[in-house]
Amino acid sequence: MQVYLPIAEVSVNAFLILGLGGLVGVLSGMFGVGGGFLATPMLFFIGIPPAVAVATQANQIVASSVSGLLAHFRRRTVDFRMGTVLLVGGLVGSGSGIYIFNYMKSLGQVDLLVQLSYVVFLGIVGALMFVESLNAIRRAKKVGPQPRRDRRHKSWIYAMPVKMRFRTSGLYISVIPPLLVGGLVGVLSAIMGVGGGFVMVPAMIYLLNMPTKVVVGTSLFQITFVAAFTTMLHATTNYTVDAVLALLLLVGGVVGAQFGTQIGLRLKAEQLRILLASLVLAVCGKLALDLLLKPAEIYSLNPVLN
Amino acid sequence: MRWLALIPLLLLVPLSTRAEEVVLGLSSDKVSITTSFDGSDLLIFGAVKREAPIVEDPPIEVVITVSGPFEPVMVRRKDRRAGIWVNTDAVEVDLAPSFYAVASSGPLDEVLSATENLRHNVTINRAIRLVGAPPSITDAYNFTEALVRIRTRSDLYQRLEGAVAVDEHTLFRTSISMPANLTEGSYVTRIFLTRSGNVVSQYETLIDVQKVGLERWIFELSREQPMVYGLLSLFIAVAAGWGASAGFALLRR
Repeated sequence: MQVYLPIAEVSVNAFLILGLGGLVGVLSGMFGVGGGFLATPMLFFIGIPPAVAVATQANQIVASSVSGLLAHFRRRTVDFRMGTVLLVGGLVGSGSGIYIFNYMKSLGQVDLLVQLSYVVFLGIVGALMFVESLNAIRRAKKVGPQPRRDRRHKSWIYAMPVKMRFRTSGLYISVIPPLLVGGLVGVLSAIMGVGGGFVMVPAMIYLLNMPTKVVVGTSLFQITFVAAFTTMLHATTNYTVDAVLALLLLVGGVVGAQFGTQIGLRLKAEQLRILLASLVLAVCGKLALDLLLKPAEIYSLNPVLN
Repeated sequence: MRWLALIPLLLLVPLSTRAEEVVLGLSSDKVSITTSFDGSDLLIFGAVKREAPIVEDPPIEVVITVSGPFEPVMVRRKDRRAGIWVNTDAVEVDLAPSFYAVASSGPLDEVLSATENLRHNVTINRAIRLVGAPPSITDAYNFTEALVRIRTRSDLYQRLEGAVAVDEHTLFRTSISMPANLTEGSYVTRIFLTRSGNVVSQYETLIDVQKVGLERWIFELSREQPMVYGLLSLFIAVAAGWGASAGFALLRR
């Protein structure tokens, strides 16, 4: 069934978009990532103009994140205080991200910026998570007493000023690291059209030492509001949010998110992380190849905006 | 005195072009983009009206062009820099049609002379206007070629030689399929009657390509009330997310 998208101005197969939304929803529920890092490149691939894909993706992320967030909220696995601190950083980051995005657009290098950001961030995060998860699985297999959790990172994080107590996470740390993490995620969400969960989840686990149980719910909390802010920015400045495309994506997405949450609860944290790491590395590899191999068409057309 | 000798010639020109005129029919003068829009087949048909008997040799030929709105386009070229492919050179093509189809009753260079092509800008390369490329670029033609190549691949530019059927030197018809990714606006449709490559008569009409119904409403809301549109999009997103969450919670009970 073909559907004409009013803002993207292309005709697409409705079931393809529904399926893509569903896949993204499953990922969102399982890992607490928005799934944008997978969905945005795939929207490019099926012929949606990049500007529309990035903006509409932000709207779709709101839907699947709200769905997942509510599931976690009922389970009381959301640290609202930590989420709010991350959110403050995220809003500032998103605003500056849009500024960088528009500057690169004026130079004609926005595609490169987006692709390079994907390769660099997905590569680093994927590799780190993969190695960590492998080590964790190896440790778990060893008999004898388990080593205590690594306290190395905590030393410098604990030395920072402006401390705050995060009861749900059982932490008493400075607000500066979560603000910076939230800010970085905000920048990435504006530039890459992603929720940023793939950066935030590992940062919360390895940098802030939050318990894995509350990480997913808390990151969904931050992503929901940053994505909503990004949607409004795109809708009012670039007019690139496609409501029909978003509706198709989110119908698939909200259903998928529910299944994903269920799957996520049944898997062990290490398995979950190694799965996410493999996925992140696969997308990274694909994008890196696109940059390294000679493209079939070295010319590209862009509309001129006056 | 030479001027006086020209007068009868000047008088003759309009007379000879009037001798054969186009009477046109269109399957529709409007293309409506609805939610289920997946491209459109445009049927163009017509007849040659004459006062004089049919001249069969040379035969009458028909060239039809359909052109979408003209817009500037930025064409960028990638080059290898430090191992990766990045956009380096760029040329702004000042005006290029968003859609362009040329249909003819025979091979284009036989039914239309080069001079007439220059005069009426019939072929796609004549329709594209490139005023000036930056001095650092010495091969600007490669950029316009790429523009035509990329748009031809996505059926936005079509060269349909032999696609116009002419019956009894009088009736002609052709069908042009327009892809789904059309730009809104007035599409200029031109019909040229030619004999031995010379245009003997021409006719021009407009086809409106427009979003209608829900498509139109969504599009206009997003441009005129972006704040309302953004909030509406968010509302739908939150409602859908909450609805699914509540629905699944009920299912599990």
